[in-house]
Amino acid sequence: MARTQTSSRSKKKVPKPPKKSVPQKKSKLSSAKNVFGGLSLDQLRHMYELMVKSRVLEERLIKIYKAGGAYFWIGAPGEEAFGVPLGLLVDKGQGPNHDYLHLHYRGTPTLMAMGMPMIDSIRLIMNKATDTSTGGRNFSNHYCYPAWNVVPVSSPIEVQYAQALGTAHVQKRLSKKSLTVVTGGDAGSAEGDFASCLIWSSRPGNELPLLITVQNNRWGISTSYDTQHGEKNVADRGKAFGIRTCVINGNDPVESYLRLAEEMDYIRKNRKPVLLEAQVSRLFGHSSASGANPVDELDPVREFEQRLLRAGVIKSDAAKELWKNSEEEARLAQEQVKSEPAPESSSVWDHFYAEGENGDWRKF
Amino acid sequence: MANMAQAVRMALHYGEEHLGVRDIFGQDVGAPLGGVFTATQGLKYAWNTPLDERGIVGMAMGIAMTGERCVAEIQFCDYIFNTIDLLKIAGNTHWVSNGNYSLPFVLKTPVGAGIRGSIYHSHSFDAWASRLPGWKVVMPSTPVDAYGLMISAIEDPNPVLFLEPKALLRVKGQELLPGEPAEKDLKAMIDAPIGDRRHWKPKWPKIEEFRVPIGEAKIVREGTELTLVTYGRHVTFCGQVVEELEKEGHSVELIDLRTIYPYDWKTLKASIRKTRKVLFVNEDTEVTNFAEHLSYRATQELFYELDAAPEVMAGKNLPGIGLHPNLEDASVPQNADIKETALRLLRERP
Repeated sequence: MARTQTSSRSKKKVPKPPKKSVPQKKSKLSSAKNVFGGLSLDQLRHMYELMVKSRVLEERLIKIYKAGGAYFWIGAPGEEAFGVPLGLLVDKGQGPNHDYLHLHYRGTPTLMAMGMPMIDSIRLIMNKATDTSTGGRNFSNHYCYPAWNVVPVSSPIEVQYAQALGTAHVQKRLSKKSLTVVTGGDAGSAEGDFASCLIWSSRPGNELPLLITVQNNRWGISTSYDTQHGEKNVADRGKAFGIRTCVINGNDPVESYLRLAEEMDYIRKNRKPVLLEAQVSRLFGHSSASGANPVDELDPVREFEQRLLRAGVIKSDAAKELWKNSEEEARLAQEQVKSEPAPESSSVWDHFYAEGENGDWRKF
Repeated sequence: MANMAQAVRMALHYGEEHLGVRDIFGQDVGAPLGGVFTATQGLKYAWNTPLDERGIVGMAMGIAMTGERCVAEIQFCDYIFNTIDLLKIAGNTHWVSNGNYSLPFVLKTPVGAGIRGSIYHSHSFDAWASRLPGWKVVMPSTPVDAYGLMISAIEDPNPVLFLEPKALLRVKGQELLPGEPAEKDLKAMIDAPIGDRRHWKPKWPKIEEFRVPIGEAKIVREGTELTLVTYGRHVTFCGQVVEELEKEGHSVELIDLRTIYPYDWKTLKASIRKTRKVLFVNEDTEVTNFAEHLSYRATQELFYELDAAPEVMAGKNLPGIGLHPNLEDASVPQNADIKETALRLLRERP
């Protein structure tokens, strides 16, 4: 079954809650559930809190880079409204009976929602020996959490779409509910592995339980989507394969949450793929290579914050306190990481092969 | 005696029965063909894929991430080149993830010239493969070694590239595989019939476990005057040359490397130290050939013990293997070339 539902695609025109829905202070909260798609007040506050923490963490990572504490930054500011709901909805655990995540290098909001402490991300960008994801070997946002089925993030922008086929294939055989999530960007969808993902996940009789997402920020480093892509929506490409598709406003966490929940439920029950395109912002450019400076695009965190304030779901003082406390948490984490050891030069041969087997030819 | 394709097939069957292999896949790997060289005929878990090498390698990596063991095939190594960054990632995944994820899978692919395969069915890949850190790379020269190396490859916790010398895949071995019945019985039992195969099922012999450890070379023939190091198809070539030289009064030690990485330096070093001369032979192109590394190491570590400079004989540094036999034979080392070089080394005096 092919289906496309296209939401408003303008990142700068996120639908505002109807003013008439918040006429009285007393009725604000009672009506908020309706305004926010039936999500509970606790859910809304929890998503907001995670989005703020993710943003604060990313801004801290940028500060660390700009202060000379890291060689490179790449990350997720602008993808919080999509990444946080995704992290909240995955079935977290290890092995094929839980969901697998093949993330691209803008996965901080998803990991924060799954329970990653800020300090992990700081250890990663500062290349410390305590960095559990890579042991000081790789860039920021290149996470790896085997206990949560978060497989290693690679810098090539497409390879995860090919690898995700394998985890989904095993899940199809072994599990009645688990699924694989693969995320990437619109620029990466031009690579062949994206086409491989569509073809292999929709083989007749062998469809895979795979949530294929494209976070379309309309940029590939400095090249705009509009100059390189003739398709109106990346998601349209799924139609040719009979893949269920949808396009959502990824800057709206409520829409993201509701649609992700619906599509993931479809995959769990039907064991078939979905191609979901989320239209998102990219708030600090591609990476530190392009300056990591703020750009004029819709800020999904501040936008959501304003909506919650208007609806009375959160209070201004509490919001300020959250930002302040989160910044302090990030600052303290950085302070701690500063004193942690760097990887030893001798560790360069560690993990060459599994189970400690030597890979240094000088010792053969 | 089983040929190498039958030996690989039986090892894969052993993998299905005893090692938890649930996926053996690639283009034309499943029924009805069972592989263009028949190496996957009749296997329970063999299946066909789209004609998409990157999808094949990506699928294998993902399966391995779940901890399952699988064997994937690229139909000819000539078509593996568009997967090179995936191969790099498969090799670096355990390292870059700080040991969090290992990728235990086997990628098999036929290599080399010798079947008049023209430009795109004659490539070698051993030198390329030696530049994929994190992989283990093996290349058998006999059916028995193919059987034992495949079982070891399936069991290995790392990605293993299993290079099949395609010219040897249909060549019968000279010894029985463990548990192998008489030849005619084997063919009747496990080779698919020509024509309609819809109702055919193999009758697997009671095969036995047997491993050739990865990283162990084999001294095929002992000798004292020259060490000849090779692998794959050229073990046969070099074996013939060594026999000729023996008849002419020379004693040459022939070593089948079997594992290209991690290679068995101890065996090589001991042999070179004994004979004081070494010739490395393979058919990949000669510039930045893997044997140059071995030659370099022999020079560095044994310089003052050598009676002649180590030599490398490899394929000419050409864009491809031409189809006409005159072109193909002029592109990769032939017996006469090997013998000539070996004789020159044997006659050399310090």
